[in-house]
Parts: sequence; C-alpha cells; structure tokens
Amino acid sequence: MSETTTAEGVLAEGHHAHPPYQRHHFESVEQQFDTTNFAMWLFLLTEVMFFGGLFTAYLLMRNWYYPAFVVASHQLNIFWGTANTGVLIASSFTMAMSVWSAEMRKKSLLIFFLCTTFVLGLAFLGIKTIEYSEKWEKHHIPGLNWSDNTFRNPQSDPEVYKEYHDAPLSPDMAAKAELYFFLYFAMTGMHALHMIIGIAILGFMIFRARAAAYTTGHVTFVENFGLYWHFVDIVWIFLFPLLYLISRR
Amino acid sequence: MSAATIITLPDQSTARVPKLNFVTKENGLLSWLLTGDHKRIATLYLISITFFFFIGGALAGMIRLELLTPQSDLMATDTYNKVFTMHGVIMIFFFLVPSVPATLGNFLIPIMIGAKDLALPKINLLSWYLYIVAGCMALYTMASGGVDTGWTFTTPLSTHYLNTHVIATGLAIFVAGFSSIFTGLNFIVTIHKMRCPGMTWFRLPLFVWSNYAASVLMVLGTPVLAITLVLIVLERTVGIGVFDPAKGGDPILFQHLFWFYSHPAVYIMILPGMGVVSEVISTFSRKRVFGYTAVAFSSVAIAVFGFFVWAHHMFIMGISNYSMLVFSLLTMLVAVPSAIKIFNWTFTLYKGSITFETPMLYAFGFMGLFTIGGLTGVFLGTSGTDIHFTETYFIVAHFHFVMVGGMLMAFLSGIHFWWPKWTGRMYPEKISQLAAVVTFIGFNFTFFPQFILGMLGMPRRYAAYPPEFQVLNVFSTAGATILGVGYLLPILYLTWSLKYGEIAGSNPWQATGLEWQIQSPPLTENFVEIPIMDHEAYDYEWLENQNLANQHKQGVASV
Repeated sequence: MSETTTAEGVLAEGHHAHPPYQRHHFESVEQQFDTTNFAMWLFLLTEVMFFGGLFTAYLLMRNWYYPAFVVASHQLNIFWGTANTGVLIASSFTMAMSVWSAEMRKKSLLIFFLCTTFVLGLAFLGIKTIEYSEKWEKHHIPGLNWSDNTFRNPQSDPEVYKEYHDAPLSPDMAAKAELYFFLYFAMTGMHALHMIIGIAILGFMIFRARAAAYTTGHVTFVENFGLYWHFVDIVWIFLFPLLYLISRR
Repeated sequence: MSAATIITLPDQSTARVPKLNFVTKENGLLSWLLTGDHKRIATLYLISITFFFFIGGALAGMIRLELLTPQSDLMATDTYNKVFTMHGVIMIFFFLVPSVPATLGNFLIPIMIGAKDLALPKINLLSWYLYIVAGCMALYTMASGGVDTGWTFTTPLSTHYLNTHVIATGLAIFVAGFSSIFTGLNFIVTIHKMRCPGMTWFRLPLFVWSNYAASVLMVLGTPVLAITLVLIVLERTVGIGVFDPAKGGDPILFQHLFWFYSHPAVYIMILPGMGVVSEVISTFSRKRVFGYTAVAFSSVAIAVFGFFVWAHHMFIMGISNYSMLVFSLLTMLVAVPSAIKIFNWTFTLYKGSITFETPMLYAFGFMGLFTIGGLTGVFLGTSGTDIHFTETYFIVAHFHFVMVGGMLMAFLSGIHFWWPKWTGRMYPEKISQLAAVVTFIGFNFTFFPQFILGMLGMPRRYAAYPPEFQVLNVFSTAGATILGVGYLLPILYLTWSLKYGEIAGSNPWQATGLEWQIQSPPLTENFVEIPIMDHEAYDYEWLENQNLANQHKQGVASV
C-alpha cells in the first residue's frame, strides 16, 4: 500500500489518504484537531471554576480580616515574586515558539524551545522553593511551624519593618494571619502542582519530539499543551498581584 | 388496558441476533478493560452502577428497618448516622449522577447524532476507571468504619467535631467528581463537533439536548465541589482552614461553595431522565414531541437557572432576608421550564395513539411523581414554609419523589426502552409491566407518608422518634419492602432475557431515532456508512415511507 511507502508529511496533504495519526472515529484531520482543541478549552473552563473556589475564599477572608492580610502580605518576598513572574512569562513565550516550530516542522528548534520551557518551569519551582523555605525559617507555615510573633510585634522583623512600619496587630487579628498563609500555600501550592504536572508532560513531549512525533503536521498535542501552559501562567498572573502586590501601599 | 401494542418483531423462527456486533467483535477480559468503544464502556458503567445501586439500596433497607420502631434498637445511633450518610453518598455520587448519562447517554449519544464514537474514547475509558477507583475508596471507608457527616459534609461538624473517615470519603467524591467532569466534557465536545451531515441542532433528539444541558452543569459545577472538598481535607489535616469559625473561618462560605455544585447536581441527576421521558412519550404516542423547541430550550433554561438558586438550601443558616427574597424568587423561576416539559409531554399525549408498554408505564410514573416532587419543591423554595419544613421528613420525601420517583423511574424506563437495542433481545413484557406497577405502588407507600410525617414535624437524620409517628413509619417501611421487590424483578428478568428473550430486530418500537435504523446490538462502528440526516426528529411519516420503500425493495428482490 502507498501509505507505508509515502512519507507521512506528504500523506497529511493528501486528500483521501488517512495520515496515521488520524483516529478512526474522526472523518477528517481537521475535525480531529477542532474536537480535541475544543475539549482542551472546556477542560480549562473547569480549571477556572476550580481555582474560582479558592479565589472566592481568599476575597471573602481578605475583606473580613483586612489588617491581618495586609501585614501578612508584607512578609512575601517581592523580589522573588517578580522574578518568578518574569520566568513564567518567558516560559509562555518559549511555549508559543514551540507551537510555532511544530507548525513550521522544525524539529531541532522545537526540541530547543521545549527544553527551554522545561528549564524555565523548573526555575519557577526552584524560586518557589526558596520562598517556601524562607517561610519556614520565619515560622510562617500554618499548622506545622507557626508563630504570629511578627504580626503582634512587627519590629521583631527589622527588614520588613523598615520598609512598611506596620503597626502591631491585636492577638485576635494576628492569629488571622495564619489564614492568609493557609490560603497563600493552598493557592500557590495548587498552582505549583499544575506546574509539576505540566513539566512532567513537557518531559514526555521532549522525548516524543526527538522521535519527530510533532513535526510531520500533527501539532494537536503541542498546541493543546500550549493552551494548558498559558492557562497555568495566567493563574499566576492573578495570584501575583492578589497575594504580593495589592497590599503594598 | 387494551391489548394494543406497537411491538413489531421479526419472525422468531428465522430471526437471529447479528453475528457481528459490538459484543462479539472481540473476546476476553482485556478487550473490555482496554476498550475505547462507547457501547462497551456504557456496559461497564451499567454493571458498576447497578452494583452500587444495590449497596445503596441495602443501606436504605437498613434505615427503614431501624425506623420501624420508635426506639433505636436495630443499631446504635452512631451506626445509624453512618448508614444514612453512606446511603446518601453512594446513591448520589455513585448512582444518580452517572446513572443515565454514563450508561444510556454513553451508549446512545454518538449513535443519535450519527457518529462512530464519542469524541474522546480514551477519556471516556479513563472516566470509568476513575469511577471505579472512587467506588473502591468509598467501599474502603465503609468497611473501615464509615463516615457520619451526612452526605452534605456540613462544617464545622465535618472539619472539627467528628473523627470518622471524612478525608477518605472526601477524596473518593473528589475522584468521582473528575469521572463526571470527563463524561460531561466528552458529551459537550461530541455534540458540538461530531454530528453527522444534516444533523442540525434542532434535529437532535431531545435526549441529546437534555444530556447536553446536564453536561454543562457537570463541567461548570463539579470543579467547585472538588476544590471545596480539597479545602475540607486540608482543614482536617493542617488544622487551619477557611470553614472553621473557631479559627476565624466561615461555615457559610462552605455552604455557598458546596451548594453551588450540589444544587445544580440535582439537575445533573434529573435532566437526562427528562430526555429519556421525551423519547419514550413520543414513541408510544406516535407523535412528534409537542413544542420540540420549547422542550429543548427548557433543558438549557433549567441548566442556566439551576446555577442561581443554590442559597435556598441555606434559608435557616443566617443569610440575609434580601438574599432569601432573591433566591426564593429565582427558585420559583426554575419551576417554569420544568412545567413547560410536563405540559408539552401532556400535549404530546393528546390525540396520540397511546400504547402501554413498560417504558411508557415508567414514563407515566415519572410524570406523576416528578410533578408532585417538583411542586413540593416550591413549598421548600418559599422561605416562610421552608423554615418549618427544613430538616424534617418533608424534605426527605420531596427529594426522593424527584430522585427516586423521577430519576429512577426514568432510568428504568430508558433501560427497558433501549434494552432491545443494547442486547438485541426483548425483555418479557408482562412481568416487566407488573414490575413497573409494583415499583409505582411501593414508591408511593414508602414516600407519601413521609410528607405527612414532615408536616407533623418529624426531624430527619434521627434513629429514634416519638411513638405517635410510628403508624406512618410502618407504612413507609412496608412500602420500601414492596419497592425492593420492584427493583429486584428487573434484575432477574433482564438477566434472563439476555439468553431467552425474543429476538428484537432493529426497530421493535417503530421509533424514529437514528439508533433504531441500525442493527441491534450495533456494530462497533455503529454505522456501516455515516448517515445523512434528511428529516426532522420524531418524523413518523418519514419512518413509514422508509418502511414502504424497504418492503418494495424486498418485494422486488423476491420476484
């Protein structure tokens, strides 16, 4: 049969021939692409609802315990937060370039960009680890290693104090800072979990890209994963101002 | 009841179940466990949800047995709490939510829209595996001591005061939730992208419309339940949380998040059932569903309104009077599309040639019981009466009228209606008609007394009650026994019919849907050739012309 002898790339253009990546229950490659792409968007919609529950809880608690949330957010490291935002935006760019390379059927370029995205993803998690360990040192891990000393007596943390001059909180309100950090860890943790899943899939994709799986016209997987990666990026774009920025001034 | 029937079977002496079909295509356990075929996955689902239905049913039996007497004597009160909790969890998350969509919907939606399979067969299989994993987790919690929060996981009871297996149950429901998200997602994508040529949105059978609406609810609602359960689990493990008032959390926030899913969830459960009833009523009165467009849009309207009524579960929980007013009004609005359905089905019956085969009997049961269940829901949506009825048996009766009287009737109606398509064989008609009637009688005996008990003020979720309530409780328990017989009968005769039932042929009901124009059981690819839809849904004239043409063709062939 001609299907075994023709190059796959030629087959994709062919009118009646079915390329090997077309699944049997689809009528055409276009239908297959449309369908999986639509499914990915719907999945992201469920993710929006998933994170939506957390955002609702955060907004409500922030309104109730505003002073505690302001003082607690001053404890976040804005330098690393900003750096991480930059890392993620850069990784979104390299991801977009990966999709482009796959479409242009440039195999080595695709591998290069996928690897860069992979490394940037790891860099994000690395920076997150620095931030988390800082929280541990300051006893800001709710439930495990917690002290509200910094909130009842802000001057005990001179570095943060010299920048914000926070007034001491009442013991009642200071206890609520634990809620802030609970939500901080729940939200950034859930985001980091999505990053870990994304990085794992990226590793798998690099492996497959080396076998030229995506550079013969079948870009669906790369494109759909790109959507996921950008979504995880956007979640951070909301988390960063909500957790780090809005209580700065 | 007249002897009139529309059943048209092939000549039994010559007829055979087609040799090549989705069941016989491949053999061996692995060919089932690794299948991508939506019909096989539907079969796997049917077996698993039946299993969980009988576990949930056994728990219900224990509840009714305990309530036979006013004292708590069959089991300790703690055990009773666990039994009703597990009954709720299993029936809701492991039976009602997947019941019609994952079995009949899975089997039928691709065929009804003229596709070879669901859009994402692997995701479909994954959804079944998630369901099984979640089911095993739920069984594990049951075996290792159970959980006693009630299926609503009310905080701070569930986060603070109880030491039962809340975490394991929460995670089980979390996983089951993803199974339901994937089913819903698959349906939406399939209905959007996989319709055959000529199959426009307004030529879709109403079963597809109602499953579409339910899928939207699954996709948008379930993730919120998932994150809520994650927060509960975190709250129990870390000891800090946003729901525990002792730590500054807000238990009302939990109620908002929980009911944001769990109210739409009751529409996830009922909408697919309404789809079944639309198909059955049309077929057995030989008429196009009256007001097709209105019925189609009423499904969508229920899905949309369904998202804005959740706080009617919270009227006694300290929400403001203004919210009560708004949510009360919005709750009344959901009654409108539901009534549109009931009225349109009634008008479909008007001047139709009605016959009373088993699916139709169940559908009639649905219409009556769902109407009662729906109207009592209006009592509960009115804040004044709700404050009296909440947490009494009135609410238990209302919920069971909609879910058991409505959804379970619809499920059984659909199983009987499509049984010949699924297995290629008919179920025995007379005994199944008897089962339908027994179910109806048993159901009313079980749950009608509970309305009165609720009016009189008997609270729900207690193992003991004042002696003056005993008469009605004895009625209820007696009814539950009859109901149990009504549910056992189908299991027996449907299993029997797998081997001994009459050969059904492709279209025993002379129905119009695409699924009836192919062999039963269908081929793995459903259609030999992708069909082209050139007529409206429920076009009985088209079917008649088709039959005439076929007869003519056969006549020519035999000459």
